[in-house]
Amino acid sequence: MVERRPLLTALSHVVLILGVLVVAFPLYLTFVASTHTVSEIVQAPMPLLPGTHMVENYTAAWNGTGGGNGSKAPVGQMMMVSLVTALIIALGKIAISLLSAFAIVYFRFPFRMFFFWAIFITLMLPVEVRILPTYKVVSDLGMLNSYAGLTVPLIASATATFLFRQFFLTVPEELVEAARMDGAGPMRFFKDVLVPLSTTSIAALFVIQFIYGWNQYLWPLLVTTNENMYPVVIGIKRMISGGDAQTEWSVVMATALLAMIPPALVVMLMQKWFVKGLVDTEK
Amino acid sequence: MASITLKNVVKRYGAGKTANQVIHGVNASIADGEFIVIVGPSGCGKSTLLRMVAGLEEVSEGEVSIGNRIVNDLEPSERDIAMVFQNYALYPHMSVFENMAYGLKIAKVPLDEIKTRVDKAAKILELGPYLLRKPRELSGGQRQRVAMGRAIVRQPQVFLFDEPLSNLDAKLRAHTRLEIQKLHRELGITSLFVTHDQVEAMTLAQRMIVMNAGVMEQFGTPEEVYTRPASTFVASFIGSPPMNLLKNAPDAKPGTITGIRPEHLDITPTGWALRVDALEMLGAERLVYGRWLHGDGDELVIIRTDEAQAVPALGATIHVTPRADRLHGFDAATGKRL
Repeated sequence: MVERRPLLTALSHVVLILGVLVVAFPLYLTFVASTHTVSEIVQAPMPLLPGTHMVENYTAAWNGTGGGNGSKAPVGQMMMVSLVTALIIALGKIAISLLSAFAIVYFRFPFRMFFFWAIFITLMLPVEVRILPTYKVVSDLGMLNSYAGLTVPLIASATATFLFRQFFLTVPEELVEAARMDGAGPMRFFKDVLVPLSTTSIAALFVIQFIYGWNQYLWPLLVTTNENMYPVVIGIKRMISGGDAQTEWSVVMATALLAMIPPALVVMLMQKWFVKGLVDTEK
Repeated sequence: MASITLKNVVKRYGAGKTANQVIHGVNASIADGEFIVIVGPSGCGKSTLLRMVAGLEEVSEGEVSIGNRIVNDLEPSERDIAMVFQNYALYPHMSVFENMAYGLKIAKVPLDEIKTRVDKAAKILELGPYLLRKPRELSGGQRQRVAMGRAIVRQPQVFLFDEPLSNLDAKLRAHTRLEIQKLHRELGITSLFVTHDQVEAMTLAQRMIVMNAGVMEQFGTPEEVYTRPASTFVASFIGSPPMNLLKNAPDAKPGTITGIRPEHLDITPTGWALRVDALEMLGAERLVYGRWLHGDGDELVIIRTDEAQAVPALGATIHVTPRADRLHGFDAATGKRL
């Protein structure tokens, strides 16, 4: 809709600016808090301008040398755990969903619809619902405090399977037939035609699933007890000591800001792909 | 190069009592290097027949052989054929070169030979400057040529065309028709071409198969099909305007249908009396729609006249005489030629 009315333009800008402020203010506050000492932060009106302790707070967060009684795992290592976890979850989800959607759309096998519905129904069962049995299984398999334990239970994805299925259904039948004519077997067709055509969906899913994996909280909280295996989100939680003990808020805030960087980077870098895919792809 | 033989080919979907039979026993033998057009109205089974030859549909009964080899159970890629699809079915993410080379790459043809073959095909089809482009950067006609190029580079025994011209505009279609003819002359590869357009069928075919409701109505040269249609269906499907089919022509035996093409009726001082209902000026010729009034119901008779001839007045009564040697007789019950 293109309308040239100054009042409308002004109004939409006001709404957008307000929206940005609402979203950005907490982020700004986090940043400000990460540049002061703890005693400055806890004062009644919290300072709203950046302070002078930025370097030491971030160094403390990175090296895990912050004071306080909470966890002191270094951020660098926790971010590594988060990164590996998020990558395994995102890539694993994409791989498995691509293959299962491929099977469901292109192969006629007994109980095809049964499997489709079985996958579809799991959409309604998030991790939280099946958390106790899943924990039991993972712990019996000795996967606590391991990457396998952090990622495997989260990899199967009905949503992504469904998304790829819908996409595959829009790929023209003639393309499949042309590939058969060219002598491409099923996996060859999958690799040479379907996957390249799905790049857009894959990029979109990667962004969504990476952030999903990065932000996992409840599950890692259960399966990691060892500081070496804390993802950064859990790390932040563990840094906040309960009770009367003093929390190093400045270091917590610095950690939080550092933890935000990778997902933000993924969104910003993949956005380009996103748009490229949307503009270029033609079925 | 190879001949194609269809022996009592049947296609049905489903099984048992609910089975839906769409092809009712087609027999045809196509010689090496022939250009055969399969023509018929929508839903007559012509594409299904082609797809059975291609191996994209299973043959329910009968035998399809290509070059003395029964191919019923062979995969499409093993049949030594190439197909041009209606929507071209180019791989959107591959360049023109990759599209044409894909089949060869899978067949593990050496890279320099792939290059030679693609370059040669690109030269024939004047695609040289576009080899590095993606299909979406090409016009409809160019995409069509890429689809043909993909077929050519495989150097198959048989070309299959599934309505490849129906997405082109009229001018380009006429042009491409000529190109396909030329290509066939140069390469001499046995071709099966499916279309619903009778002009395409008449102009391209060396012999044509006219299909109706899953039955092969006639298999013959365009001349035969036009001058000696095997049934009332063929008579009315081929030719525009269609042949006049008269149930109550004078001096016709009862239970027969008399056919006469519009151009074989001459306006004469005496003869069949018609009332002029409508006139259509087509340029070089004029169509006169006459209504023939006789006892039980009236019949429409179309006459094709030269534009130089006198124009009859609307509503006037004119007399026409058929050329006796151009009359066709059909059985009214079966529609077959007598």
